Amino acid sequence: MSDKIMGFPLPSSLSVVPGTEAAQAAYPYYTQFHEGDDDRFWFYNSMHFPEPMHHFDMITAEAAYCALGSFNTRVHVLPTTKGIDHRIINGRVFIGGVAVTDPDEIAARTAEFQSRAFYYYEHWEELYARWKDKMRALIADAQALPVPSLPDLEPIETTHTGKGIAANHALIDTYRKTLEGYFRMWHHHFEFLLLGYGAYLTFFDFCKKAFPEISDQAISRMVAGMEAEIFRPDEEVKRLARRAVELGVDAHFTDGMDIEAVLAGLDALGNNGKAWLAELETSRDPWFNVNVGDGFYHYHRSWNDDLSMPFAALPGYIAKVKAGETIERPMEKLIAERQQLIEDYRDLLDTDEDRATYDQLITLAHRVFPYVEGHKFYCEHWYTNLFFNKIREFGDLLCAHGFFPEPADVFNLTHYELESAIIDLMLSWSSGSAPVGPRAWPARVAERKAAIRVWAQHNVPPALGVVPDVIDDPAIVMLWGITRESLDVWLSDGDGDSRELKGFAASSGVVEGTARVVKSVEEISRLRQGDILVCQVTNPTWAPIFQKIAAAVSDIGGSMSHMAIVAREYGLPAVVGTGSATQKIRDGQRIRVDGGRGVVQILDEEPVLEEA
Amino acid sequence: MTTPAIAWFADLRITDRPTVGGKGASLGELTHAGIEVPPGFVVTTRAFEQFLAALEARAPVRAAVAALDAANLDAVTTLSRALRRRIEEEPLPAPVETAIVHAHARLDAATVAVRSSATTEDAEDASFAGLQDTFLRVPGAGETVRRVRECWGSLYSVESIIYRRKHGLPEDGVAMAVVVQAMVDARTAGVMFTRSPTTGDKSVITIEGAWGLGSAVVSGEVTPDRWVVGKITGEISVRDISDKHIRQVPAPGGGIVDEELPADMRTAPALSDEELQALRAVGRRVEKHYGRPQDIEWAIDKTGRLLLLQSRPETVWSAKDAKPVAAASADPLRHVMNIFGGRK
Repeated sequence: MSDKIMGFPLPSSLSVVPGTEAAQAAYPYYTQFHEGDDDRFWFYNSMHFPEPMHHFDMITAEAAYCALGSFNTRVHVLPTTKGIDHRIINGRVFIGGVAVTDPDEIAARTAEFQSRAFYYYEHWEELYARWKDKMRALIADAQALPVPSLPDLEPIETTHTGKGIAANHALIDTYRKTLEGYFRMWHHHFEFLLLGYGAYLTFFDFCKKAFPEISDQAISRMVAGMEAEIFRPDEEVKRLARRAVELGVDAHFTDGMDIEAVLAGLDALGNNGKAWLAELETSRDPWFNVNVGDGFYHYHRSWNDDLSMPFAALPGYIAKVKAGETIERPMEKLIAERQQLIEDYRDLLDTDEDRATYDQLITLAHRVFPYVEGHKFYCEHWYTNLFFNKIREFGDLLCAHGFFPEPADVFNLTHYELESAIIDLMLSWSSGSAPVGPRAWPARVAERKAAIRVWAQHNVPPALGVVPDVIDDPAIVMLWGITRESLDVWLSDGDGDSRELKGFAASSGVVEGTARVVKSVEEISRLRQGDILVCQVTNPTWAPIFQKIAAAVSDIGGSMSHMAIVAREYGLPAVVGTGSATQKIRDGQRIRVDGGRGVVQILDEEPVLEEA
Repeated sequence: MTTPAIAWFADLRITDRPTVGGKGASLGELTHAGIEVPPGFVVTTRAFEQFLAALEARAPVRAAVAALDAANLDAVTTLSRALRRRIEEEPLPAPVETAIVHAHARLDAATVAVRSSATTEDAEDASFAGLQDTFLRVPGAGETVRRVRECWGSLYSVESIIYRRKHGLPEDGVAMAVVVQAMVDARTAGVMFTRSPTTGDKSVITIEGAWGLGSAVVSGEVTPDRWVVGKITGEISVRDISDKHIRQVPAPGGGIVDEELPADMRTAPALSDEELQALRAVGRRVEKHYGRPQDIEWAIDKTGRLLLLQSRPETVWSAKDAKPVAAASADPLRHVMNIFGGRK
């Protein structure tokens, strides 16, 4: 402890892990740390990018920061901050804000902000309705894009219709439209987001002043909406459980079932089996277009691509339906409880002025927050799934032409490289000779896959560069929850008790139990009744298994994350945003989760061995 | 002169303060509100006045005290000693003694707590805090009568006399009621503030508790465990479990004694989460009943029953002016600038 240097390393002092230099160099030049970066403050965006980045997946950082920055800097014109710069080293994304500090510039930007952002607040409902139309149109466009394919010869219709364009042109056309749509989606994503969070934080800030010891959780519960689309997938699973009982096909669903066999069995069963399968189809489109992560990695697959998550929940829900329990969310009760909470806190205020302000701010928060909750289903889930699946189709095509051994290897190319590989294939199809790619890509892909494995074992500092005195960037505070206080915690990390982890107190309650460290959705079948789920990211798409577990712990997330909201509805103790639970807690260990304080304690001395 | 010598808690309200003192009136009010307190009665100021009349008949008491100069410690000490001896020696008026003995029998408690509950015409009893005697685990009626007499005597302790003389409180208005209530054999006891003592936040309840009798917490002999519980939500946001090296327990034959605690008990929480929630519920009820934040003493007996020993209005934060936390504005968007406008 005594020889600990209180500060973060400079970007220039970081070195690329030996043997991964080529993989590092393959990231776009503008994402490499360069001269001048030592003078700035950077932090590792472990919240959105907790794992080393595949080269293609960096498009998410690029598209998101392109859009976030545009709205902050030039559309809404936030007074004290501009956008976010990003860099990548050893597969990890570091980001840095661009603060506005000149008082004259802040004053000028404040005037702009009030004429622009205030317009959004004043016309919120109307603009948000327009937003949903834009998103639905964008999704329809993406769905209409053809599956990329190359026929041996052009179909005769090309001749008869005088089309005048051959099939290889569709590849570049589809690819560019796919990318264009993704960049556009991220603009939509950020159109309202900061303003939505801002209104929420305004109420939050007021509550913290009026009630200095109020928990974040209590404020979140007052603001949280009830009808966001993101709750719907879990409700659909419940509906399917109820329909299974009604149709008398519930016996087909058992723990550890073979999903393909169940589907085939139902199909062979006759009318009732087919009726249930039809119900499944209506749920899948669109509600199973949710992925099991935050949508930032190509391997966060959707329920539609992998039915494990919803099916794992069916036996439990079916048992509850048969026991006569109501499994559907009690909407009226939830709304009444929220209203009661708001009124109870209001009663504690001392003055009429404060009651008036409180009413204004909660009203504003309720007006704008549905966007913050609702956008994710459309953006991070539905659209992102369409996007990555389209890229996967290009992977299938290129793989079939020998560019790399596995279709998913396509994600080891940057989006520029992928375009070049597509053009390579287009050229070879047109010339009739062999593409060059099969000679170029397999070795590079292997090298990059190896680098990602190496980087996954390599820790990076939580932050780099000069520590600012204050973090006064509303975007960074809102989206990442980073404050000067949290930096001090990072700087002192390692001094504390390694058997205790701290995170956001997401949902109250104290539970002791067996930790089940679940690193991917394939592992959810290992969860037993009463286990404590320990995972990297939890989002509402994990809700179906909440009925099974005693508590939840995650590496990433804040007290307003959907996961926290859902956990509260299930009355499930939860601690989110611990940073490192999946690394520090071993599978099978006994742990104690205190969701009211945001503390997780490891109770065992030694990890318990997994049963064989 | 219709006030009887004895009044049961169930028959008292907060408005009876002049005849039963603040402590007695508060216990009566809580009982009336349906909140469980250890059962008991108050030896009223009427009993005290009857006793004092007998004393005054022999030699002046109040006039002698009123004539004292607070700065003359020797004179105060001499008179205090003389008065307390007279109070110990003067026989109780027969009706008063009979009333206490009968009430004691009706209470049917193995041991009782005998607590001073002084009253003045124009001062809050809070200002007397710490100047009055309390006797715990008093066995038998005879011993109870003796302790009642001692409580009366404590009204003429050096500290009490000096306090009254310094503040110019008229002696005629000063009287002493005495609370007699069944002793709680507390497993855990402590205090509860329905408003944060550190920030004044009215949305949280701070609970402090330790093993054994509450006297150890109130006197500061043990660092209690401390919890902060959301008043409305019930979430437990702070759990400071301290090292509680001793607890105070009943001594054989009466009184209390310090007892060393085994290591595992020292650092174990003195309250379960369910008990914290029960305390929160009672705290909210009492606060709602009085319409203002309260400081509360409580105990949980060996069977897990929660009892309140006392509830006083919070005075520190309530004395401050309630100022708005934010400047009101007709346009809610002005408040949004607190977030987007940068650090002020």
